[in-house]
Amino acid sequence: MGVEGIGASVARKEDKRFLTGKGRYTDDMSVPGMKYAFFVRSPYAHARIKNIDMSAAKDMPGVIGILEGKQLQVDAIGNIICGWMIHSKDGSPMNMGVWRPLAHETVRYVGDAVAIVVAESLGEARDAAEAVVVDYEVLPAVTEAVKALEPGQPQLHPEAPNNLIFDWQIGDGAATEKAIAEAAHVTEITLRNNRLAPNPMEPRATLGIYDSAEDHYTCYTTSQNPHVARLVMSAFYNVAPENKLRVIAPDVGGGFGSKIYIYPEEIVCLWASKKTGVPVKWTCDRTEAFLTDAHGRDHVSTVKMAFDKDNRIIGLKVDTIANLGAYMSLFSSAVPTYLYATLLSGQYAIPAIHANVRTVYTNTVPVDAYRGAGRPEATYLLERTMETAARELGVSPAELRRQNFVRTFPYQTPLIMNYDAGDYEASLEAAMASADWNGFAARKAEAARHGKKRGIGMSCYIEACGIAPSAAVGSLGAGVGLWESAEVRVNAVGTIEVMTGSHSHGQGHETTFAQLVADRLGVPIDSVNIVHGDTDKVQMGMGTYGSRSGAVGMSAVVKALDKVEAKAKKIAAHLMEADESDIVIENGEVKVAGTDKTLPWFQVALAAYTAHNLPAGMEPGLKEGAFYDPSNFTFPAGCYICEVEVDPETGVTDIIQFVAADDFGNIINPMIVEGQVHGGIAQGIGQALLENVHYDPQNGQLITASYMDYAMPRADDLPSFKLSHQNTPCPSNPLGIKGCGEAGAIGSPPALMNAITDAIGNNNLTMPATPQKVWAALNAAN
Amino acid sequence: MAKVKMTVNGRQVGSDCEDRTLLVHFLRDNLALTGTHVGCDTTQCGACVVHMDGRSVKSCTILAAQAAGSTITTIEGLAANGELHPVQAAFKANHGLQCGFCTPGMVMTAVDMIRRHGANLDEATVRAELDGNICRCTGYHNIVKSILAAAAEMAGAQQAAE
Repeated sequence: MGVEGIGASVARKEDKRFLTGKGRYTDDMSVPGMKYAFFVRSPYAHARIKNIDMSAAKDMPGVIGILEGKQLQVDAIGNIICGWMIHSKDGSPMNMGVWRPLAHETVRYVGDAVAIVVAESLGEARDAAEAVVVDYEVLPAVTEAVKALEPGQPQLHPEAPNNLIFDWQIGDGAATEKAIAEAAHVTEITLRNNRLAPNPMEPRATLGIYDSAEDHYTCYTTSQNPHVARLVMSAFYNVAPENKLRVIAPDVGGGFGSKIYIYPEEIVCLWASKKTGVPVKWTCDRTEAFLTDAHGRDHVSTVKMAFDKDNRIIGLKVDTIANLGAYMSLFSSAVPTYLYATLLSGQYAIPAIHANVRTVYTNTVPVDAYRGAGRPEATYLLERTMETAARELGVSPAELRRQNFVRTFPYQTPLIMNYDAGDYEASLEAAMASADWNGFAARKAEAARHGKKRGIGMSCYIEACGIAPSAAVGSLGAGVGLWESAEVRVNAVGTIEVMTGSHSHGQGHETTFAQLVADRLGVPIDSVNIVHGDTDKVQMGMGTYGSRSGAVGMSAVVKALDKVEAKAKKIAAHLMEADESDIVIENGEVKVAGTDKTLPWFQVALAAYTAHNLPAGMEPGLKEGAFYDPSNFTFPAGCYICEVEVDPETGVTDIIQFVAADDFGNIINPMIVEGQVHGGIAQGIGQALLENVHYDPQNGQLITASYMDYAMPRADDLPSFKLSHQNTPCPSNPLGIKGCGEAGAIGSPPALMNAITDAIGNNNLTMPATPQKVWAALNAAN
Repeated sequence: MAKVKMTVNGRQVGSDCEDRTLLVHFLRDNLALTGTHVGCDTTQCGACVVHMDGRSVKSCTILAAQAAGSTITTIEGLAANGELHPVQAAFKANHGLQCGFCTPGMVMTAVDMIRRHGANLDEATVRAELDGNICRCTGYHNIVKSILAAAAEMAGAQQAAE
């Protein structure tokens, strides 16, 4: 590796602008004539709209226009879609209800958008929105998925009787039942995966600009995938044809999944810009974000894990009910099915698995992918169950896991996935050594002398990343392919621009993608610019989520670089009168191997553009594009260990140490990878200890709608983390990368919950383990 | 509407704004200093931290009118002559930022924290002092590391100067 190449902890190229206040986020954008939008939203969780009276609001100071859903329908703007078709086990397609960008018949969650007000200032837009009188007929609401399936509950959509969206299954039910019947021991547990608000620090925002002269739209937006946004707004929402719609996702302040989807506000602001004749900017406030950003998780599952007399797992049966909220968001159907149940084998060789998943409408904001998306749910379920089983069987939790690890690769699970490489024991050993697992008993005794209860817990996770082989996901119901594209443009002076369809919203692509180029060509990373986030500049792309940018996005860059290098070598061979096969490119020079003949990189680039002396028939220029479609998922895995101390007087949990041992395959920039793990762990600890979206079950009001009520992890809630890597290269992509973006959030919640339940001696504890719940569980156990 | 005057990043400025205008919106909308961010509206997240007369304040919780006549430093005014402030440099060297949205507030808070605690800063103090700044990306690990590194660097520089 060079000092800036693959494997070097290079400081980030993009940092200077963020550190000096020169980042350009959507809300920082300003264009001439720009006006401000504020949305009128439903204060009720479920209601019929009888009338919308704008008469008073229209005459308020500064008001330019107020638009409602009926006009949207007249203009044939489409309803919001779910992009992944799931069929129930009886073969019927999922029961998808109608989601209008602006509701004009029925509102189904608190925050459902009803009208948009455009005014000279944000204050005036807000004042006028308050003066819009919506006459609602309030209907009963239901917020919990299990309850929504019961008879006699409020019905959200006529398309979905009993609020059931689909009843889906995977695996071999009969074989699993047989294993359970023949088992020496069956561990049974009911687990709740709490509902979370993703909370990127930058609230969503969008700026819609309509140019009447060109009949063209520009949309600045907080998106993880601007090309997907353009595609969907064009093909399904009828906003504008693709060639008349430019989507720009500039600097984006975190996403964690919640900025994958195309929300009503983007569609409505573009449309409103045409209707009002002014550029329209909308910026979400934090409470609005809690109300309207897609939430994550919200599963209730029952589990049966069957063991033979030697403590080998012989069967696993899972029944899950997943809350999808009031409408089906873009990937909502995939999260509790193919992103979740296919990972239920975990790191273990389990011969028979069956999972049944029912998804349900409720009067809550839509639920979709949030960091990990399905895989944290699978890992929490498995690793809480494994720990419970170890306690019931009276064996060490490490030993039980070791005994059941998959050890030979490739390994075909009973649930579609084919694990290609890994060494689960290596991560387990590394984590245990780092945590001084063997010294725990002494530390526990010492803590007891001070009146504290110590506990230790582990979690061995696996995830499927690098999503995904397009044909495979297509056969499972995906509406899009999940390849990535790249274009490498070598300028005449040898500097390089890489256009990528991946999108960075904190991941550091401007550095890591440049490191890849530096590694290949030996040019400094300062001479490489990474261009992303603009549909006018980048040809096409599927965006960033599912830890796919390295494994899929960079693989596309590799393919384009291969083509650039091949052409550069042809040119150099021609210029130096050598054989093409003898040309090597290193340290910024193009050389004839074994001779002193050499050309600086820029001279080859210049030759390509002057075109004075190129091989016969060769086109001028040095610019190549490529699409990369992965051949398999990638399978990052690892072992996390958490040690806690609980104060029995207060129920407060103190995290003494948190250890992560991960296998991410090859790593481009260790410093950035570690940062990803830190952030993921913090979100996982947040889920386990602090965070919970709470709707009032009586009326569907969101109780946790600000940082006063929703407990975000803060610096003093967390320890510093101990990290290590045990990397087995991924065999399915050219760089051997598995992906690292979500692991922390996937592996950490069960490790923490296993530690707390170990400390208090009561396994009956739900996330978040607040002091009140821990205190109650501790006292119930005694 | 009122004309509000103050000194921002060493420059005298004055601009008309609605009486209800918050300092953060005055900076962002009237002065085009968009480095100061709004992350929560409830004085919790600290993305809007600036220095007012030398002390860190949350600019989402002060009316522009209240700041009239004061001296404000925003993130844009921290680097002198194109050189990163030692706190900014430490955040870069230690990967103390990812998406960058909380970063201006984190850096301004850190500068004030180091001013008050100097070389006496330890991890527990940094974590306690960061209670009013929320980051969703970094898990705080590298932010804490950056602030401790900057505090040590600045104390060393001060010692060398004395």
